[in-house]
Amino acid sequence: MPTVAKGDAMRGLAVFISDIRNCKSKEAEQKRINKELANIRSKFKGDKTLDGYSKKKYVCKLLFIFLLGHDIDFGHMEAVNLLSSNKYTEKQIGYLFISVLVNTESELIRLIIQAIKNDLFTRNPVHICLALQCIANIGSKEMAEALAPEIPKLIVSGETLDAVKQSACLCLLRLFRTSPETVPSGEWTQRVGHLLNDQHLGVVTSATSLIHTLAQKTPEDFRQCVQLAISRLSRIVTSSYTDLQDYTYYFVPAPWLSVKLLRLLQVYPPPEDPAMRGRLNECLETILNKAQEPPKSKKVQHSNAKNAVLFEAINLIIHHDTEPTLLVRACNQLGQFLQHRETNLRYLALESMCLLASSEFSHEAVKKHMDTVITALKTERDVSVRQRAVDLLYGMCDKSNAEEIVAEMLSYLETADYSIREEMVLKVAILAEKYPVDYTWYVDTILNLIRIAGDYVSDEVWYRVIQIVINRDDVQGYAAKVVFEALQAPACHENMVKVGGYILGEFGNLIAGDQRSSPMVQFQLLHSKYHLCSAPTRGLLLSTYIKFINLFPEIKGQLQDVLRNNNNLQNADAELQQRAIEYLQLSTVASQDVLATVLEEMPPFPERESSILAKLKKKKPNVSDIEVKEGKKSSNPPTLNNSAANTPEATPASAPVPVMAAAPAPAPVQSASDDLLGLSAGPAAAVPVTNNFAAPAAPAGGGGLLVDVFDTPPAQNNVSTALAPQAEDNFFNMAGETAPSGDASATELDGRFAIKNNGVLFENELLQIGVKAEYKGNLGRLGLFYGNKTSYPFQFFTPTVSCPGELASALNVQTKPLDVNTVEGGAQVQQIINVECIADFLDAPILSIKFSYSGSMQQINLMLPVMLNKFFEPVEMDATTFFNRWKQLNSPGQEEQKIFKATYPINQDNSRTKLLGFGFGLLDGVDPNPDNFVGAGIIKAQSSQVGCLLRLEPNMQAQMYRLTLRTSSNSVTTRLADLLLKLF
Amino acid sequence: MIKAIVVFNNHGKPRLIKFFQHYNEDMQQQIVRETFHLVSKRDENVCNFLEGGSLIGGSDYKIIYRHYATLYFVFCVDSSESELGILDLIQVFVETLDKAFENVCELDLIFHVDKVHYILQELVMGGMVLETNMTEIVTRIEEQSKLEKSEAGLAGAPARVVSAAKNLDLPKLPSNIQLPNLPSFR
Repeated sequence: MPTVAKGDAMRGLAVFISDIRNCKSKEAEQKRINKELANIRSKFKGDKTLDGYSKKKYVCKLLFIFLLGHDIDFGHMEAVNLLSSNKYTEKQIGYLFISVLVNTESELIRLIIQAIKNDLFTRNPVHICLALQCIANIGSKEMAEALAPEIPKLIVSGETLDAVKQSACLCLLRLFRTSPETVPSGEWTQRVGHLLNDQHLGVVTSATSLIHTLAQKTPEDFRQCVQLAISRLSRIVTSSYTDLQDYTYYFVPAPWLSVKLLRLLQVYPPPEDPAMRGRLNECLETILNKAQEPPKSKKVQHSNAKNAVLFEAINLIIHHDTEPTLLVRACNQLGQFLQHRETNLRYLALESMCLLASSEFSHEAVKKHMDTVITALKTERDVSVRQRAVDLLYGMCDKSNAEEIVAEMLSYLETADYSIREEMVLKVAILAEKYPVDYTWYVDTILNLIRIAGDYVSDEVWYRVIQIVINRDDVQGYAAKVVFEALQAPACHENMVKVGGYILGEFGNLIAGDQRSSPMVQFQLLHSKYHLCSAPTRGLLLSTYIKFINLFPEIKGQLQDVLRNNNNLQNADAELQQRAIEYLQLSTVASQDVLATVLEEMPPFPERESSILAKLKKKKPNVSDIEVKEGKKSSNPPTLNNSAANTPEATPASAPVPVMAAAPAPAPVQSASDDLLGLSAGPAAAVPVTNNFAAPAAPAGGGGLLVDVFDTPPAQNNVSTALAPQAEDNFFNMAGETAPSGDASATELDGRFAIKNNGVLFENELLQIGVKAEYKGNLGRLGLFYGNKTSYPFQFFTPTVSCPGELASALNVQTKPLDVNTVEGGAQVQQIINVECIADFLDAPILSIKFSYSGSMQQINLMLPVMLNKFFEPVEMDATTFFNRWKQLNSPGQEEQKIFKATYPINQDNSRTKLLGFGFGLLDGVDPNPDNFVGAGIIKAQSSQVGCLLRLEPNMQAQMYRLTLRTSSNSVTTRLADLLLKLF
Repeated sequence: MIKAIVVFNNHGKPRLIKFFQHYNEDMQQQIVRETFHLVSKRDENVCNFLEGGSLIGGSDYKIIYRHYATLYFVFCVDSSESELGILDLIQVFVETLDKAFENVCELDLIFHVDKVHYILQELVMGGMVLETNMTEIVTRIEEQSKLEKSEAGLAGAPARVVSAAKNLDLPKLPSNIQLPNLPSFR
């Protein structure tokens, strides 16, 4: 081999590698490797006087064996010994072995750290560099603890060589990533900023990387770097390519450094100082201008380097989002790239444009490129590029172009790559829902979606179309008609059968007048698919049949035949069998009236965030960012849904349904399946108005985050999957996500916070919120404590309190804004909220918190623990007074009596504490039975004072309570009863 | 941050594995296989970026790669890196290798694992770009070689003589291996 490097090739190694290469089988290779391992092992063990060359050779062999995918379980000690050699070659090979093969948990780590320490304190820069490299490669916690305090000295010392400074910066960066707390703060942080002015561009590059990461955690400490970075950038950008000599890469001056500086600037908002701002804008303009100049070289490296800087500049422009001219220029530049012959540029242009689409200044400009993007979707050869095109179309979609974009995406879907189909289906479904032209279009679109890509249509999508059809009277007839037509296709997807079955079961009567879709025809059409479907779908169809029995009594006979069919009555699937038996029985025993009540039309679904959006967010966590930005933008153009922020209701059915009121939606059919047997026994009591299994299936964890909701196992009960869209029972978990209905987890908290004033209101892995409250009369004061549990700051931390609906007039809430909008890592900030009760109320105020955590927006919605009973004062009175008043409060509505099962074990002392905590004064000796409780209190609202009397009778045997409340106000009676019910 | 740097040949045989986040050996091999699977099925002239495989962290990470003759150079990076910047970094890496080995080929990577690692160490450290100036990198590598030589000259002399003598009766040194376009080897 000709070169210096090849001259000293190690023969033993070459032979070994050739041997391996000649192995005919895996076994032979293994054998040869084992032989070699044994050889090396004996060499290491036996001969203590191995020279540097041999050690190097053996270590290289081990590295090669490792590369082939074999474990190396020895040699570590030898490598550690090499570290303390004072020969460079041996040290070097020792460090290499350790960097590649030692893991962070190795028991040798202490020895290694000691060896590294020794090298760090030598005056030999080459040894220091080796040590720094090793630290940066392994970067374990123990290393951070032992060595992090030493590194800053190297960085800021005037004596350190450039090469060492460079390595020290990146080494510290690595340790900071491993455990930020080990890196000492101090005066060096000031001085590290000045490295941006260093002569050596290599040092500046490393320092910029370090500062970038440090500044993300504590932006304030490095604010002075903004100016330094701008002036450095300006010097690079305006230099000619000969100025920076070796740091010029294919005629582009210091491209990597420029990129890093532009990234660093993205940590901060645009500079306030006009001079600085002007200088930065000048730089950005120069970079944009350079893109238009003819290339200085035909080499791809030249254009890559130039465009790397350009794209980063565009990212900064988008980040600042304040300079309309720059934004539009950026957009035009990206537009050019969309048609560039370099695939890489087209890819990146699509990606960056996606960000631009979310800026209100450039959204319109982006839309101009729609045709190009659509062409890209159709003609790009590379699936990664097509995927970006889909993302961009999704990002640029609004009311004005939704119809076209959705149509294009649908037509592309027919030929789309399998890998991106599911995501596309979700996106089409969301767009169709968000920007509906009208509801018939929406229904058409979703049915098309099922027809084209049925396999990729997840359950959420078809649940959603059903929810929307049920909520919109005007589209129901049309929907019934189109599903009926769609079902006539010879082969239709099972999801279509599900949608068809459900919709015809509910609204088949709307098209039954037409002979072509008479009840019999509808039934036969559905039943022709029955045998091709899976069990859950069959279950759903059986439910459709029982609904048909109600809707179309004239074909009852045929339907009963199906139910009676042995295939169903004796089906191996217990669910199907049960349905067949129960439905058959229901249809025979119950009168037409009962049937009609049981099988009443489904009530409207409560409005809430689209479940498919949540699904998309879960699939692509970064999507949520886009959504958040969209929310910001949406405050301007009225075309977008204003509430898009984090709860884009985005439902076509915009009829405002009062959420709480609708929540306990009776779902007769649904619960019927639970109670059918009981039903046939006593039809009168049968109509279950509150549905049993709608009780939340224990919302997963914090409940504050959208995605958690779908972690709940879908449908704990088969019945619900098949009978009604299961999304519906997800709704009850979801309720927390739509602000007005309050957080699912907050509802849980109600219980505890009704009787106590202090505690932890919310906690997840980022944030803890504690609350301390005091009340007097109709006034209350809450202290909220927001604790940052991470080591990074929360930026733009904004908690807001809102009183949805009628609460606004019943409760006066004053929030003191926070002094700061950044919560440092590990810090806690306090906020005071004053409340005044005007009139009685039921809902609690909503606290919603938004903040940016390491670049992504977070939002948490909670209920504040402010309930009616907080404004309750105990009253003492004797038995005579009590009974007098009790008797006076006897008009209808003034009394509320509840008999309910105990949720918690019945315990005299606990009950006492709860009632006292709730605010009642307990009157002992009033009730002849000592187990019973009698209490009195006054609700102090500004507008009125309401006296309340209570009697609570526990029944130990039955584990039941009887609760009787009498107050002078009807609404107070019910509201207090609701609150009390949850406590026992 | 760069999470991993992997070089493998057209048949998926790894030639360099360097992870900047700890994974055990088995996982490393799996990641290499997954990456090979993702990258090798792509046509020439498509774009050089794609979303990371599931093992390496999915769509939060990007795979940026270049294909040179028999070798794929693959960098797996997070969203804080500029795609084009990394693409150029790969080019710098390869150009530096080329300078150090004179017309680098797959074999150089095999027979000089150590040296390849040293060059990479001058380029990337702890997952961040350390130095991009090729002249500077080459100077540092040459300094290292000089140090090696001087040490070998003192203490390593006997060993070198022995190995040189052994070499004499073996005509088949790597020189008989054809350089640029070796299709495969195991």
